[in-house]
Amino acid sequence: MNIAITGGRIVDPASGLDADGGLYIAGNRIAGIGSAPDGFKADRTLDAKGAVVAPGLVDLCARLREPGSEGALKVEMRAALAGGVTGVVCPPDTDPPLDEPGLVRMLRQRSRESAGARTYPLGALTVQLKGEVLAEIQTLAETGCVAFMQTGSLPHDNGMLLQAMRYARTFDLPLWLRPVEDTLAGSGVAAAGPVAGRLGLPSIPVVAETVALHTIFELQRATGARVHVCRLSSAAGVEALRQAKREGLPVTADVAIHHVHLIDVDIGFFDAAYRLDPPLRAQRDRDAIVAGLADGTIDAICSDHAPLSVEEKLLPFGEAEPGASALETLLPLTLKWAKENGITMVQALAKVTSRAAEILGEDTGRLAVGAKADVVVFDPAAHWQVTPESLRSAGKTTPYLGYELQGRARYTLVGGDVRYEAAGSR
Amino acid sequence: MNDVVSAVINPRSRGRHPQLNSHGELHHLLTIEGLPRAIIERILTTADSFINVAAREVKNVPLLRGKSVFNLFFENSTRTRTTFEIAARRLSADVFNLDIMRSSAAKGESLLDTIDNLTAMQADMFVVRHATSGAPYLIAQHASQTAPHVHVVNAGDGRHAHPTQGLLDMYTIRHYKKDFRNLTVAIVGDILHSRVARSDIHALTTLGVPEVRAVGPLTLLPAGLEQMGVRVCTKLDEGIRDADVIIMLRLQNERMRGALLPSAQEYFANYGLTPERLAHAKPDVIVMHPGPMNRGVEIDSRVADGAAAVILPQVTFGIAVRMAVLSIVASSPKMQ
Amino acid sequence: MLELDAETIYRTLLTRAREAYAGEDLKLVGVHTGGVWLAERLRRDLRIDAPVGILDVSFYRDDFDRSGLKPDVRPSQIVFEVADSHILLVDDVLASGRTVRAAMNEIFDYGRPACIDLAVLIDRGGRELPVAASIVGATIEVPPDVLVVLTRDDDDRLHLTMETRGE
Repeated sequence: MNIAITGGRIVDPASGLDADGGLYIAGNRIAGIGSAPDGFKADRTLDAKGAVVAPGLVDLCARLREPGSEGALKVEMRAALAGGVTGVVCPPDTDPPLDEPGLVRMLRQRSRESAGARTYPLGALTVQLKGEVLAEIQTLAETGCVAFMQTGSLPHDNGMLLQAMRYARTFDLPLWLRPVEDTLAGSGVAAAGPVAGRLGLPSIPVVAETVALHTIFELQRATGARVHVCRLSSAAGVEALRQAKREGLPVTADVAIHHVHLIDVDIGFFDAAYRLDPPLRAQRDRDAIVAGLADGTIDAICSDHAPLSVEEKLLPFGEAEPGASALETLLPLTLKWAKENGITMVQALAKVTSRAAEILGEDTGRLAVGAKADVVVFDPAAHWQVTPESLRSAGKTTPYLGYELQGRARYTLVGGDVRYEAAGSR
Repeated sequence: MNDVVSAVINPRSRGRHPQLNSHGELHHLLTIEGLPRAIIERILTTADSFINVAAREVKNVPLLRGKSVFNLFFENSTRTRTTFEIAARRLSADVFNLDIMRSSAAKGESLLDTIDNLTAMQADMFVVRHATSGAPYLIAQHASQTAPHVHVVNAGDGRHAHPTQGLLDMYTIRHYKKDFRNLTVAIVGDILHSRVARSDIHALTTLGVPEVRAVGPLTLLPAGLEQMGVRVCTKLDEGIRDADVIIMLRLQNERMRGALLPSAQEYFANYGLTPERLAHAKPDVIVMHPGPMNRGVEIDSRVADGAAAVILPQVTFGIAVRMAVLSIVASSPKMQ
Repeated sequence: MLELDAETIYRTLLTRAREAYAGEDLKLVGVHTGGVWLAERLRRDLRIDAPVGILDVSFYRDDFDRSGLKPDVRPSQIVFEVADSHILLVDDVLASGRTVRAAMNEIFDYGRPACIDLAVLIDRGGRELPVAASIVGATIEVPPDVLVVLTRDDDDRLHLTMETRGE
């Protein structure tokens, strides 16, 4: 099917393009940018007047709850598309964890059937994600895993991690790691600092992140393994990463969208909606994250989407499940960050499209003739209120509940297929 | 499209503390932090009346007659629960003690389901002790939405707050020292894990005590004490020098995880309050302790039983202060 | 407006007290604050040894559910033995009778008196309970929206003023 998207502002971070024009899709690929290719006849025309036409968002972390909850994936895919997300990286901490080829195949199958966003599964680095025994990562890679992750924290056993990095390097497989040293994080639920001190919350010191980062970097120096650092939270962590990149280590990093905006003080009176992992840190940490995004130290922003039930949050702060529903707020919050910090649309969207796709090494996240037609058409100025009704995800808990945000998808296309249309669009 | 409209609207009323109703009256007592000074003073003044009531033959007044007070202790504490029970009974309320450990919570009933069931049984007030910081806030918030007449009194939550203990400590200091505005108060011990310490600090700073000191090894001092208005000392002698009031904290074995202290003996050698060390404080210093004491660990028996210690009067004051808290909180008709 | 001279009315009350209670071993209990001032005067003028009992009655009022605890509660104190005593309860203004009921309930929590008599400076009517003063300084009629207030100046002289409610 030929689709013409007309009257919009084309923004493509990969090429730096930011100009008014049309986008022309033939089948599942982009056929023309700016003006229609010769002889192009549209079967359908999408009106992008007043909207931005950009690559579909590539979210480096969103939990779809499958394997685990029957039928959950379909629901979360609807949420992704409504959020303008066309590619989702699924972490392996599913139930059961993604440590077997059969589970990966099933996930990819379910994902295809759902006609939602593309899924890029992360395989479990260790069997059952216990951090003890290396999983069959090469086999899992052949089944479609884009990288391998140990969730929660670094494996306790440095010896095991060293060997895992060596093995992964053999097949040039990237490792995705959470920079958390378990014994330093302890049973903490909030960032160490005056807020946790006042509220009497067990705390996680910054060294839990920096010691883990330095361990990763040292082992990288020894093995040459590619590592993607998942979810930075501290100024010291950003600086350590900056030094590592200067040195030329093969490392990339992301930050969750909430840590771009929120800080520990926002916990207020023990509001469990702000219970996140990693925890929200202080103002200077957030400022360092914003600076790290600006100078490229932090490559990408992800949603870290966790669809939790209301019951999981209706518990005292320390007992509540960490996480927030974020697939649908990723776009507006990214635009908010850009606006508040004087970042251009091209620079901002790079963090959730081209850079993210580069980290994955996948053909998406860019608008180029011949590239896959994964596109979002969004209204940057459209207001909407975050309510349990307006969120399509099964997860209704987010720090932004009740907030009015700006920025909403009008159309989301995956491989040239219009998989989401906002109500009232033509 | 107007850019001004694009400002994010925060719907949560951050201005008002969840323990105050829309008239600024105390509807719940969750913490001393942020409690207006006038309310603290009113609680202390009202407690004076209840001290006098306790001196009578008939120690009851009919103030809370017909009201049901439920003690929900998710963490064991016979002494605190007993003083709350005495206080509620002396106000003529009906008191019900819920042994949460063995009952519904153990069967997996959620905290809020338990609250809903009890509210349906005409509960007017919950006195809650919980091992997790912030639990009473969750209960108060839930009650405010579903049963706005219900009051929640925090009897201690995790490490966060123990407001009635803080208030009775202030009552004690006021009794012996009269004026808060020229005192030096030292709090000694495991402040990191202590809800009593946090409540005392907030009360002391709100009441205008100019010098509040926290004394202990670095492993037992939380971050952010300076922001709370406290001077940090790691040496006992320096910490209690010229102090008017010393509040000794219990060394909480059960709360410590990990290598925070090598041994009770080493702690006593460096931070135990002995008569020799006490000499660094003012001659008329008073020594307080929330109890129960670990003799020979944080406090020498000679000091605990000595003239400076006011530990037993603290108990009497505790009943009067709790009667004042229950009365004042019950005075607010509903949350909104 | 009706002019009330508190000192004159007090002298009337005192005369009646002398007539009614000559030779009695009377114990005085005053209700805060006006009742306490009057009780102190009567103690002096009737030459009674025992200190005046002070009642705040805040904990015995019947309007807690509607109005809560009043903001400035003060301690009650009765140091003499209430059991078997002849008490003269003293208050400044008697109206509905609810304060007197509360005061009596409070007295009974100190002990069982032999009997209680009630002395008031002003009876303004408007009874809502079956309460009667034993001796009265003056009986007056005022509209319900008018408050009758007893004050004491720095020279210990008593004054009565009328205020419209809500001012």
